[in-house]
Amino acid sequence: MIRVILPAHLKNLAGITGVLELQLATAATQLSVLDAIESAYPMLRGTIRDQATGKRRPFVRFFACGQDVSHEGVDSPLPEAVSLGREPFMVIGAIAGG
Amino acid sequence: MSHVRVLVGTKKGAFILTSDGKRSQWKVEGPFFGGWEIYHLKGSPADPNRLYASQSSGWFGQVVQRSNDGGRTWEPVGNTFAYDGIAGTHQWYDGTAHPWEFKRVWHLEPSIEDPDTVYAGVEDAALFRSADGGLTWGELSGLRKHGTGPRWQPGAGGMCLHTILLDPVNKGRMFIAISAAGAFRSDDYGATWRPINRGLRSEHIPDPTAEVGHCVHRIALHPSRPEVLFMQKHWDIMRSDDGGESWREVSGNLPSDFGFPIEVHAHEPETIYVVPIKSDSEHFPPDGKLRVYRSRTGGGEWEALTKGLPQKDCYVNVLRDAMAVDSLDACGIYFGTTGGQVYASRDSGDTWEPIVRDLPAVYSVEVQTLL
Repeated sequence: MIRVILPAHLKNLAGITGVLELQLATAATQLSVLDAIESAYPMLRGTIRDQATGKRRPFVRFFACGQDVSHEGVDSPLPEAVSLGREPFMVIGAIAGG
Repeated sequence: MSHVRVLVGTKKGAFILTSDGKRSQWKVEGPFFGGWEIYHLKGSPADPNRLYASQSSGWFGQVVQRSNDGGRTWEPVGNTFAYDGIAGTHQWYDGTAHPWEFKRVWHLEPSIEDPDTVYAGVEDAALFRSADGGLTWGELSGLRKHGTGPRWQPGAGGMCLHTILLDPVNKGRMFIAISAAGAFRSDDYGATWRPINRGLRSEHIPDPTAEVGHCVHRIALHPSRPEVLFMQKHWDIMRSDDGGESWREVSGNLPSDFGFPIEVHAHEPETIYVVPIKSDSEHFPPDGKLRVYRSRTGGGEWEALTKGLPQKDCYVNVLRDAMAVDSLDACGIYFGTTGGQVYASRDSGDTWEPIVRDLPAVYSVEVQTLL
């Protein structure tokens, strides 16, 4: 089981409160986590990554264990503490104006 | 007893304003989808409780919402807008070829007959259709692929398909408008399209009378007489009496013929409304006076409507989708401003009052007359 923290706007969209808890069928990577999020909450498709290209949206970042892992490979293993559920995988809306 | 529901899309959420037929007391509900940009929301003519909303964000992209209870509750539906086949390219600002990329939905137009059928005008310009209440979307790619697409280019606001008019008399006929490509017509339910820009003249493009490339801001028609079209172009108010085959200018005595919205009175097909804006770089009313202009002659002769509108120090804009009419007697006219006011007139424009005045910047206004 891994834990995922979503930004408030996406929690509202998905009707979620608190921290998401997801079971992964495979090793914890950005790809497997995003697949699990979108499978459980289809309304979030396209909000974190582009539906056509699969690329992370420009103003979204991924944090894990105090590190910005946004630029790591989507298939790269996430830190063990995330995969074991001790630390959350965080989806962050970038601080930007507007 | 009849009542009125005004659907307001803003930079930071949607609002729903309701009143009885007197239109003197208004209840304001919202924000719905707080923090998101609501480019447009509109109700189905066939089922007024079925609403669609375009919800988008620079962070989180495009979402489409649907309501089955007049906006009390909403559910996200499909947001996959995939261009048909190889997307191809259009002109970029510098004249180079640029690939088509989906950015957002500007306008949602529910079918006249079927609550589950709805059209979406998107940026980069294309027309999509859903026949399952917004769950899935397919492109009507005959528009983008009819031949002139590679010559379309974005206006300052992006290359958006912002206007969709469904002809209630001639079945299968539709009109759309794109900035900056122009107006287009289909006579076969959106399968095939052709430009309808003959008579438009745009000095800011290399060939002022080109087949495409015109920055059409908005077109409007009266449902009883859909062969007559009215257009607010970047500059110029235009009129067509032959379904867009040809256009003539009817700017007449307006103080400026730049602007964004244009609307037709619900009961008088020759009575039309515009909001003159000073210029393409000064997006505010001339002289700081917010004036709606009304023509009772289908253009040419215009009168300023000022009672109840600020007549000094007013520097708001009124965007292309931010004006609408109700169908009560007398006709109500509504418009929203980038300053967050929604003004309404209960008497066809003679007098105005704000029905809400401190919203985020208003992107769109639609009105439902509920009997």
